[in-house]
Amino acid sequence: MVDPENTPPEKTHMFDNPRNIKRVIYVLYALCAITFAADAFIHRHIDHPWEELFGFHGVYGFVACVLLVVGAKELRKLIMRKEDYYDD
Amino acid sequence: MTSVAPFLIFYVAAALVAVTRGWMRGAIMIALPIVGAYNLYTFPEATGITFALFDYQLEFMRVDRLSTLFGYLFHLAAFLGVVYSLHVKDTTQHVAGLLYAGSALGAVFAGDLITLFLFWEMLAISSVFLILARKTARAGRAAMRYLLVQVLSGVILLAGALVRIHETGSIAFDFIGLEGLSGWLIFTAIGIKCCFPMLHNWLTDAYPEATPTGTVFLSAFTTKVAVYALARAFPGTELLIYIGATMAMFPIFFAVIENDLRRVLAYSLINQVGFMVVGIGIGTTLALNGAISHAFNDVVFKGLLFMCMGAVLHMTGKMNGSELGGLYKSMPITTGLCIVGAASISAFPLFSGFVSKSMVMSAAIAEGYPIVWLALLFASAGVFHHAGIKIPFFAFFAHDSGIRTKEPPWNMLLAMGIAAVICIFNGSYPWVLYSILPWEVTYDPYTAAHVLTQTQLLFFSALAFTILKLTQIYPPELPGVNIDAEWLYRKVMPGFVRTFLATFGPLDKSIRNAAVGSVKGIIGSISRTHGPGGIMARTWHTGDMAMWVLILLAAYLIFYYL
Repeated sequence: MVDPENTPPEKTHMFDNPRNIKRVIYVLYALCAITFAADAFIHRHIDHPWEELFGFHGVYGFVACVLLVVGAKELRKLIMRKEDYYDD
Repeated sequence: MTSVAPFLIFYVAAALVAVTRGWMRGAIMIALPIVGAYNLYTFPEATGITFALFDYQLEFMRVDRLSTLFGYLFHLAAFLGVVYSLHVKDTTQHVAGLLYAGSALGAVFAGDLITLFLFWEMLAISSVFLILARKTARAGRAAMRYLLVQVLSGVILLAGALVRIHETGSIAFDFIGLEGLSGWLIFTAIGIKCCFPMLHNWLTDAYPEATPTGTVFLSAFTTKVAVYALARAFPGTELLIYIGATMAMFPIFFAVIENDLRRVLAYSLINQVGFMVVGIGIGTTLALNGAISHAFNDVVFKGLLFMCMGAVLHMTGKMNGSELGGLYKSMPITTGLCIVGAASISAFPLFSGFVSKSMVMSAAIAEGYPIVWLALLFASAGVFHHAGIKIPFFAFFAHDSGIRTKEPPWNMLLAMGIAAVICIFNGSYPWVLYSILPWEVTYDPYTAAHVLTQTQLLFFSALAFTILKLTQIYPPELPGVNIDAEWLYRKVMPGFVRTFLATFGPLDKSIRNAAVGSVKGIIGSISRTHGPGGIMARTWHTGDMAMWVLILLAAYLIFYYL
């Protein structure tokens, strides 16, 4: 590692600017909107009855991730211990 | 050129590596997987190498499309691992890594159960040194637990093999199925190495404790040998579908809250093996092709992710999400390569996971397992969440941890670069991989519907992450351990033994003290009479003796007249 006192001030990086973070988020919103809308134009082969739902994979992915995170948070309350838990 | 059993080439090279140093050693290590792969290429199909042991013929070399594919895969994994670890000076790690890779090759070409058992145990014994080489007390304890579990798996396999010989008179390692005691024993032995639920903790315990380069080797071989063995011995076993779906589901919850990023990848490894196990359980040609091609892709992209995290650990000495962040500033190339690995495991179109995981999922829906299909879809979203986003995000972005470092050594970057190229190549030109699969592939991953549904799933998963992060619902990275099934043998059993000793120890001690005391008392009383100066040990005068004889005779006379 370099000695911070003897190095010139660091150049600013891409995500030091909050606007760039906003841009990435907007691109993501746009991609979600496009793929969701594309459901209307691309004929999907229906394998599972739930797939008939418009934008099923998007909705399912979103709900799955929210359930995953909320579930994992609850799980953490139950199973999280201090780092030295197993040390004797 | 006469062909040689692949494991033998690796074992000989390991011996050579042990006695060489510097560029000579590097040259041997680089040449080894290339020479080995050429040897496999020239190996004539349907010729085996056999060896007689008592009444049985051990078959060291069974060459068919299934074993050959895994053979090439392990040569590739060994090559990536060797390049990645070229800068390491530690002889133990190099020798262990090559013996380990050679043992994996020995296991996949084993045509009988005894040979399989030999290499099964060699896998355990050689790989444990990759964990011990970390040289911390913590790694040492994890290594011992790892070794115990692995050797146990081998012992169960041997028991299964012996029962099977008794039942069928044959040691052949072919389709076995869940019939009879031997079937269940062999199934359990493979299940331990394959990380079936509740038998999985050896992996999440030991892999994150190994050296940065050691984990890359570890992630490639043991579980994939187990996947191969399942595909050989238990294809179409319905139980595997449910076991696999569970494996795909539960680790993602642990992965979301785990702080050690290599442990996140370890949970993610189990999740990916879950998809393969489901494919083997379904057992149609589409499902088996899916499982095997996913094993191939997983070795490369999971290897790539472990290499990226290994590079971070190597350069910063840190691996916890709570201590890292902002490394994209000083490690931009590593960041880019990590994102390729993340996109591949998440199955983005044009990346390798996309073309293999979907075969298993298509097979699940085609064979009438809609609930399993929904579970796998949930797991797919979850993979993207914890491996696709969490790994790169908390290591390279998130809040700036203030750590400023450099890119890792060139050989690490090269290995990661090659792995990234393979990820993109397999994703973009899947037909090359498909052409070496055991069965003919008619599946086409690049339909408009598949691309749409998959991108929709992934983008909305990313959206969920973003919203949860912005609203601060997303759990922060916190130092700590999460208890899992290992709690039983790391806490409950030692605790039980301690309580048992604390309760019965004093009782046992008092009983033994009493026993010792009574023995001492007996010895004391004997020594009082018979010891030096004791009444029985005194020397008596002859006169005393005559006197006593006189008294006895007198007494006798008195009694006689009475």
